[in-house]
Amino acid sequence: MKHTISVLVENKFGVLARVAGLFSARGYNISSLAVSETLDAGVSYMTLVVEARDEDVLEQIKKQLNKLIDVLTVTDFTKKEHVDRELILVKLKSPGIKEKEKLEKLLRKYVAKIVQHKNDTAIIEAVAEQAQIKELLEALEPFGVKELVRTGRVAMAY
Amino acid sequence: MTGAQILIESLKREGVTVMFGYPGGSVLPIFDKLYDADIKFILTRHEQGAAHAADGYARATGKAGVCLATSGPGATNLVTGIANAYMDSIPLIAITGQVKTFLIGNDAFQEADVTGITRPITKHNYLVKDANELARVIREAFYIATSGRPGPVVIDVPVDVQQQDVEFIWPETVEIKSYKPTLFGHPGQIKKCVKLITAAKKPLIYAGGGIITSGAHQELKEFAEKIHAPVTTTLMGLGGFPETHELSLRMLGMHGTAFANHAIMEADLIIAVGARFDDRVTGRLDAFAPHAKVIHIDVDPSSISKNVKVNIPIVGDAKNVLGQILEEIKKAPDTSAWLETIDSWKKKYPLTYKEAGKIKPQYVIEQIYELTKGEALITTEVGQNQMWACQWYKYTHPRTFISSGGLGTMGFGFPAAMGAKLGCPERVVFDIAGDGSIQMNIQELATCVCNKINVKVAILNNGYLGMVRQWQELFYKKRYSHTCISGPDFVKLAESYGAAGIRATKKEEVRPAIEKALAIDNTVLIDFHIEPEENVYPMVPAGEAINRMIGGMA
Ligand SMILES: Cc1ncc(C[n+]2csc(CCOP(=O)(O)OP(=O)(O)O)c2C)c(N)n1
Ligand SMILES: [Mg+2]
Repeated sequence: MKHTISVLVENKFGVLARVAGLFSARGYNISSLAVSETLDAGVSYMTLVVEARDEDVLEQIKKQLNKLIDVLTVTDFTKKEHVDRELILVKLKSPGIKEKEKLEKLLRKYVAKIVQHKNDTAIIEAVAEQAQIKELLEALEPFGVKELVRTGRVAMAY
Repeated sequence: MTGAQILIESLKREGVTVMFGYPGGSVLPIFDKLYDADIKFILTRHEQGAAHAADGYARATGKAGVCLATSGPGATNLVTGIANAYMDSIPLIAITGQVKTFLIGNDAFQEADVTGITRPITKHNYLVKDANELARVIREAFYIATSGRPGPVVIDVPVDVQQQDVEFIWPETVEIKSYKPTLFGHPGQIKKCVKLITAAKKPLIYAGGGIITSGAHQELKEFAEKIHAPVTTTLMGLGGFPETHELSLRMLGMHGTAFANHAIMEADLIIAVGARFDDRVTGRLDAFAPHAKVIHIDVDPSSISKNVKVNIPIVGDAKNVLGQILEEIKKAPDTSAWLETIDSWKKKYPLTYKEAGKIKPQYVIEQIYELTKGEALITTEVGQNQMWACQWYKYTHPRTFISSGGLGTMGFGFPAAMGAKLGCPERVVFDIAGDGSIQMNIQELATCVCNKINVKVAILNNGYLGMVRQWQELFYKKRYSHTCISGPDFVKLAESYGAAGIRATKKEEVRPAIEKALAIDNTVLIDFHIEPEENVYPMVPAGEAINRMIGGMA
C-alpha cells in the first residue's frame, strides 16, 4: 500500500542523500519525493510517497527516518486529516478545433488548462489530488498523450 | 588558531588522551600540531588497525575512541573499521583529511567522497567546509557518538580548513534540535511491564550489548535476583551478567548453550534488554519463542518490533529503565518450577567436547580462563575461535569481552586488543585468534612492539578458515573449496617483529605456554596447533528453529 509521509529536515548539506540512501539501503520503495524550503530557510520539507507491504514496514520506515540526526519530525498522513496535491504536465498532439472544444470542456471539469499551444503540440497543466489526476489522465488518453511529467505529491496536515 | 589547532584543542577538551592513526598529505597540518600535543598518538601500520584499535579502546573504556587518517586511501582503509563500529553501536570518532575545498568534486589527487562512502555506516557524518564550524562539529560529534544508541561519527576536514586561521570558540553546551534520545521509560509502560512480570511463570531475561553500553550490569543483576529469572546474553552482552551466577544461562543463539535456547523456546515471558533479536539469535523467526509475551527495552526505537512482535515496548536507556522497573516491582513471581526445569537442562545438556590426541581449542581457552583467573580482557577474531571464546571462557565483568558481533570482521581482534590494552593497562589482554584472521592485521605486531603494548595472542591454528570449513563439511559435502589456508611460521614471525613467539603442539604444552606468555613483559604470539577439523557445537543450522541444535550434547 502507498502511504504519504512528510519529513521536516535541517536544510543541511547531504540531507537529501541521507533520506534517499536510507530507502535504498533498507530496500524500501519511494514512489515519489518532493523537496523544498519552508518559511524557515534552515528547514526543508519533504513529502514522500512510500510503498509499504504492511504496517510493520511503515513503522520501521518512520522510525528509521526519525533516527537520522538531521530529521526534525516525521508525519504520517495515513490516518491524518490533510490536503495533498500533485502538479502534472501533459504533452498532447495538437488537438483539432473540434477536439479542442471537447478538451477545454474536459479541462474545466478539473483544475487544468492548456499552458502552451504551438504547432502540433499542446502542454496541459493540472493540479489535483491523486484520484482526480488518475481520472484526468484516463480522460486525456484519447487525445494522444505524448509525454507526462509529474512533481510527485505534496501534502500538508491541518 | 588554525583549524588543525582547533581540532587538537577540541579533542583535548573532549577528554581525548589517546588516538590512533596514520599520516598523509591531507592531514599534514594536523600531524604538525600532534608533534607537540599532549595526546598519545599511536601510529598503526594500517588505517584499518587504527579504526579497530580505537574501537577496542572504546569498548574497553566506555569512552569514545578516536582515529585519524588521510584523504582517499587513508579514509577508505578506515571503512571496514567504521562499519564494524556501526554494527556494534560503538562510539568511534573517525577524522579524515580531505582535499582542499575548492578541489572537492574534481577527482583531485587522493580524493574520495568520504561522507558519501560512510553515510550508511555512520550514525552521522560531517564535511567541515569552514574552520569556524570545527569546534562545534567536534563537540556535536562526540555527543552524537556517545549518547543514545552510540555509533561512529566521521569528520572530514579539507586541508585548507586545517590551515584556516579563525577565532577559537568552544561551545559550552551541545544543542541539536533534531536529536533528543529518550532516556527514561514511559511510566505507563513500566507499570504494564511490571504487571506482566508479576504474572509470569517462566520469565527469561535476554540481555544484549545495551547492558554494557549503558553500564546497567548492576541493575540487571539486582533485577534478575529480585524476580528470580534466568538470564541469557547475546554475544554483545557477554560480561553484562556474571556467567558464574546460578541464574546465568550464558550465551544463546546459533552457537549458544542448549539450555539457553531451550529456555527461550519454553519461556512465557521474554524481557529483552538492549538486544535486537538478530537472526543469529532467533533462528527461524516464525518458530521463535512461540509461548512468550515480549517486553523490549531499548534506547533505539527502531530496534523494537523490527524482527519480533513486541507486547510492551519501552524506549529508554537500559540502566534507567531497569532502575524504574526495580522501583515499581513489589512482588516477585513464583518461578521455582521453571528454575528446576532449567537446572535439569543445564545438567542434561552441558557444553562438552571430546578429549583427543591433538590440542583441543576448548581446552586452550579453559586453561587461559584458569590461568588468568577469569579476570583477563578477551578479544576475539572471527570464526570458530570466536565462538569457542564465547563458550569456554566465563565472563563476569562488563567490558571484558570484545568481539566483532554485527559485522563479523576477521582481523578485528588483534588491533582491538591493542586499543583495549591502552585503555585498561592494568588488565591482562588476550586476543583469541584464528590462523586466518590473525593474518588480516598481523602488521600491528610492529605497533605493539614499538609502543610496548603488552598483549597476548593465542592463535588457534587449525590450518583452515575453520568456520567456513565447518559449513562446507556439514552443508556442502566436505568439499573444502579454498578454506585450507597456510600461514607463516608464527614464532619466527613474532620474533622478527621483536615480539615473543611460543609454539604448542601437544596438550601438555598448553599450560606452560600460557604461563610463559603471561610472564613475558612483551607482546606474545602463541601458536597452538589444534585439532584441524574440530567443530563448534552445539550449532543451529541457519534458518532452523533455535532449539534444533546439532552436536555437542551429552
Ligand atoms: C573480513 C572477513 N572476510 C571473510 C569472512 C568470512 N569468514 C567467517 S569465519 C572465516 C574463517 C576464519 O578463519 P580463522 O581465522 O582461521 O578462524 P577459525 O574459524 O579457523 O577459528 C571466514 C573466512 C569474515 N568473517 N570476515
Ligand atoms: Mg583457522
